[in-house]
Amino acid sequence: MLNLLFLVFLSPLLGFLILSLGRGRISQNLAGVIGVGSIGISALVTLGCGIQLLTHPSADGAYTQLLWQWMQVGSFNPRFALRLDGLSLTMCGVITGVGFLIHLFASWYMRGDEGFTRFFSYMNLFVASMLFLVLGDNLLFLYFGWEGVGLCSYLLIGFWYQDPANGSAARKAFIVTRVGDTFMAIGLFLLFRELGTLDIQQAMATAPGHFEVGSKTVTAIAFLLLGGAVGKSAQLPLQTWLPDAMAGPTPVSALIHAATMVTAGVYLIARTRVLFELAPLALHWVGIVGAATLLLAGFTALVQTDIKRILAYSTMSQIGYMFLALGAGAWQAAIFHLMTHAFFKALLFLSAGAVILACHHEQDIFKMGGLRKKLPLPFWSFIVGGSALCAVPYLTAGFYSKDEILWQAFAGGHIDLFLAGLFGAFLTSIYTFRLIFTVFFGKEHSAAHSGHGISYTLPLAVLLLLSTFVGGMIHPPLSLVLPAGPGEGGGEMEHKIALLSGTVAILGIALAGLLFLGDRRFVKWLNNSALGEPLGRFFGAAFGFDWLYDKLFVRPFLWFVRVNASDYLDRGIMAAAGSLQSLNGELTKTQTGRIRWYAASVAAGAVLVIAVAALT
Amino acid sequence: MTPVPLEHSLLLAGTLFSLGLLGILVRRNILFVLMSIEVMMNAAALAFVSAGSRWAQPDGQIMFILILTLAAAEASVGLALLLQLHRRFKTLDTDAASEMKG
Amino acid sequence: MILIWLFMVPFIGGLLCWQIERFGLTLPRWVALGTMFIVLMLSLLLWHTGDYSQTLLGGHGHWVEEFSVPWIPRLGISFSFGLDGLSLLMVVLTGLLGLMAVACSWKEIARNVGFFHLNLMWNLGGVIGVFLATDLFLYFFFWEMMLVPMFFLIALWGHNIPGGTSRVFAATKFFLFTQASGLIMLVSILSLVFVHYRATGTLTFAYGDLLHTPMSAATEYWLMLGFFVAFAVKLPVVPFHSWLPDAHSQAPTAGSVDLAGVLLKTAAYSLLRFAVPLFPHASASFAPVAMWLGVLGIIYGALLAFSQNDVKRMVAYTSISHMGFVLVGIYSGTEQALQGVVIQMLAHGLSAGALFILCGEIQERLHTRDLREMGGLWSRFSYLPPIALFFAVASLGLPGLGNFVGEFLILLGSYKAAPVVTVFAASGLILAAVYSLMLVQRAFLGKAKSDEKLRDLNAREVVTLVTLMALLVGLGLYPQPVLDISRAPMAAVQEIYQTVGHSGTVAADTATIITTAGAP
Repeated sequence: MLNLLFLVFLSPLLGFLILSLGRGRISQNLAGVIGVGSIGISALVTLGCGIQLLTHPSADGAYTQLLWQWMQVGSFNPRFALRLDGLSLTMCGVITGVGFLIHLFASWYMRGDEGFTRFFSYMNLFVASMLFLVLGDNLLFLYFGWEGVGLCSYLLIGFWYQDPANGSAARKAFIVTRVGDTFMAIGLFLLFRELGTLDIQQAMATAPGHFEVGSKTVTAIAFLLLGGAVGKSAQLPLQTWLPDAMAGPTPVSALIHAATMVTAGVYLIARTRVLFELAPLALHWVGIVGAATLLLAGFTALVQTDIKRILAYSTMSQIGYMFLALGAGAWQAAIFHLMTHAFFKALLFLSAGAVILACHHEQDIFKMGGLRKKLPLPFWSFIVGGSALCAVPYLTAGFYSKDEILWQAFAGGHIDLFLAGLFGAFLTSIYTFRLIFTVFFGKEHSAAHSGHGISYTLPLAVLLLLSTFVGGMIHPPLSLVLPAGPGEGGGEMEHKIALLSGTVAILGIALAGLLFLGDRRFVKWLNNSALGEPLGRFFGAAFGFDWLYDKLFVRPFLWFVRVNASDYLDRGIMAAAGSLQSLNGELTKTQTGRIRWYAASVAAGAVLVIAVAALT
Repeated sequence: MTPVPLEHSLLLAGTLFSLGLLGILVRRNILFVLMSIEVMMNAAALAFVSAGSRWAQPDGQIMFILILTLAAAEASVGLALLLQLHRRFKTLDTDAASEMKG
Repeated sequence: MILIWLFMVPFIGGLLCWQIERFGLTLPRWVALGTMFIVLMLSLLLWHTGDYSQTLLGGHGHWVEEFSVPWIPRLGISFSFGLDGLSLLMVVLTGLLGLMAVACSWKEIARNVGFFHLNLMWNLGGVIGVFLATDLFLYFFFWEMMLVPMFFLIALWGHNIPGGTSRVFAATKFFLFTQASGLIMLVSILSLVFVHYRATGTLTFAYGDLLHTPMSAATEYWLMLGFFVAFAVKLPVVPFHSWLPDAHSQAPTAGSVDLAGVLLKTAAYSLLRFAVPLFPHASASFAPVAMWLGVLGIIYGALLAFSQNDVKRMVAYTSISHMGFVLVGIYSGTEQALQGVVIQMLAHGLSAGALFILCGEIQERLHTRDLREMGGLWSRFSYLPPIALFFAVASLGLPGLGNFVGEFLILLGSYKAAPVVTVFAASGLILAAVYSLMLVQRAFLGKAKSDEKLRDLNAREVVTLVTLMALLVGLGLYPQPVLDISRAPMAAVQEIYQTVGHSGTVAADTATIITTAGAP
């Protein structure tokens, strides 16, 4: 079974090829079958491979399949090789499993759209690229997938291309992440110069012998890789693209901008763990970036009105938790949270999609309301998913992973990170239930019609189940890949921390209920108060990062290209040509056409020459 | 008979040459221009002859004959030009033919 | 012997095209197509049969294939050709893009079809001559010879953009830039020959003999500069670049394909073949300047590409940006970078060629190339926009396509030699994304100006473009066959740098840059 591993990515890739070549010729039904089926095959192969890997473990718990040698230039010889170990298996499971459900849901969501086939071809290409990313055993191969998912993200955000705003959101996403990618590429150059290889296993094996702990070079490499990770995972300071990316169809937001692609940064750092452990400073900064992002995103989410943007900021903040976990050395907990987050965030996005479609593409939560009767399935999905997001104790998947992160941060002595996480959890509860209370309770604002059909109910139901404690029971097989975090088997203290974080979550929910159920008098007063109003605007603008980048980068760039549109260097050269031309004009005037003038100049010239000859 | 000193004849040749040049510069009638050219040529020829006699070399007189033929050729071409000029522009003014001005 | 045929076939084919026009208007096209097909097949035959582990580049080893007869023996000029991996790849590219150029002008050219193809064939023949000549006089002969037909291609069959400069202006600008720089190179060639004559007593223009000519450091520097200027204009290196956008925007499609795909490569090829091996010390000390010029080109080209409204001008500026990478790679002198240069040249030839073909096709249908009048074309074609998207994405360096392999190898290799330069060059990756996506947005996305469907690509156009796509994917996923062919020449270039002790780390040092810029 393991030697069929290549099918995992080949199947979506073939799906992409068939759909893109056959567009316009195949019906929507067939396109849906191909698009969803290819991911289904991929998921089944992953399952089979996973079972075999876990039941017949090899010495290092990994299986490598060499496809072909990409190139060989001197000592640089990257391979196309797939490596399946606990970490990549977990990622593959999330990508193909959750991916399959989202594809299935999308076949309902996108029905009737004229770009149906195109949509599924992009989605399949995305899954294939994402699998490249997690299966590649070489950093260059990983980079291949890394850029590939970026492209698909671009294509899917701008999927409804008629609206220029979507196009600009898509470009923003690609370019901002590309900035991160470029840092990462430079990191790869530096790594190659130092270690002479980009093979992950080889590099991780030789790195501890090559670098001293905390040496400048390895710190630089780690920071550059972190640059790539923050770009892809929408962390500070490259987080600005994610909220805009919600311009894409909702299944895209679920798959790419919640469950899989945005967590690639977490995967990258986990994959290159050895380098980060050699650079404690960089690792510490991973945690700080995570903590800062989760707070920033939490505050921003408090005042957003667009249902998808709220979820986008919550994604940002949950990935902040993962970064925080990585920074605290809770490697396994980070990946565990990545997995549970994929479940409940996909659920939230899909049900948000159901709500949006039911309300005729309305996304403003304040124009919705009282939907719990009309849309029972999305309502319960939101309740369960939202609780998981807030980590309601014991019942939800999110609790098990988030609690582990907080406990390990605490146990590892990262009190600052722990407190940030705890406060973030409080914010999460407030904004999540603000959303739920506003959309599903209160007065009915709009007419809504519920979806139906297996491709609508099944994905939601499965994800709903996985978002409860059932999802928390799944333990990713990471023990051979990543070290155990600090405070393993904490006992008494761990229990207390769990209790504390659980209380905070419940408190947050209660506060949200207090504020947003009923007629919201206090909130209205707060919004109009002298302090609340500007603060609200500041939060609403996500702390003004967009404004800052616009002033710092976009404006100067546009100014320069506008001023220099006609190429001043060319004008310089043409000015030289122009001056020759005017000299020519002057000299032409001496050509009078009069013989007397010519004779005089001949004579004067002769006199001059003779004089020079005689005098020297 | 004492030979004429070289300086004298060169002075004469120079004067004639300058007069010819002056004639070209100030006259616009092509006939006079041609005549001035003849004067200049003869001035040059005179210089050759006197130099030849000074050093008792035959070259000076050979050059004189060359210049004589040159002058004849020049006169024929010049007169042909004169006729063309007259036919085209109905005038003998050289400035009228300034069609080549830039 | 086969080398002679490689460039004789286009010359003969060109004459045939010219004369056969009187028997039918499509005949010249078929003859030209056949001619380029023969060239391509001949070069592939050479690829198949030769052993490319050898090269004379650098002075050791020998040519894989050679041909030489005396021409003007008294002056040491001979009619000699040599082939190694580098020239083979360039000739294959020429044959392939020649084929594409003929195919894409099938409908576009209606006037003087025969004479058009004569010029196209002769131009390509001249290019092949440049790639093969191993006698500097002969090389210069071909270098100049490829200009004249190109001048006519632009001046006679170009477009006159309303409000823009005229095609004759563009052709003249192109001609003057390249001719003037060519003259500087001629002076350098002659000086080199005389320096060699004074040192050894033999008068020769042969490449192999002129390598390792003993000369003083100052002489070497000046002669190298003479060569460099000629190649810098052709490559083109900012600030000598401005002929390129003008020439591209006026040239017919075939001319643009030829210009971007092949003509620019003659400069990179010549830097590798002549400027570096003939003047190793000077090249090594000039390297930091050249690399910074490359970085300038990358950034400047990308910035200007963004602001263009004429889509062909835009692609022209992207070429400048991409060629900046080539310049950085050539002067960093590491094996990865040099191999990357080869891949980049091929990949850029294919992708820029394809983009120009697409521009031509859009113009044929919309009768404009102004991006402000496009928009929303995605819904008006069915095949053209995705294909254009593919090439735009190739041009921004997406992994899996040839351009990525080229750029990545160049940057990876250069980083070892000059980290600071590389970091600045890498910013080109971001800027490339900015302009490529802007191109896609402005041309294809957004609201359509009208709902009227446009005539989609026909079979000929699809085949042309799909071939190029397949080759780019091949180059991106399995570049090894190409890398194997170019390994020996690139290793030789690297060895040249090594023997003169070019350690790239100096390149990062600004003090060195200033001192070398002020040299000799």
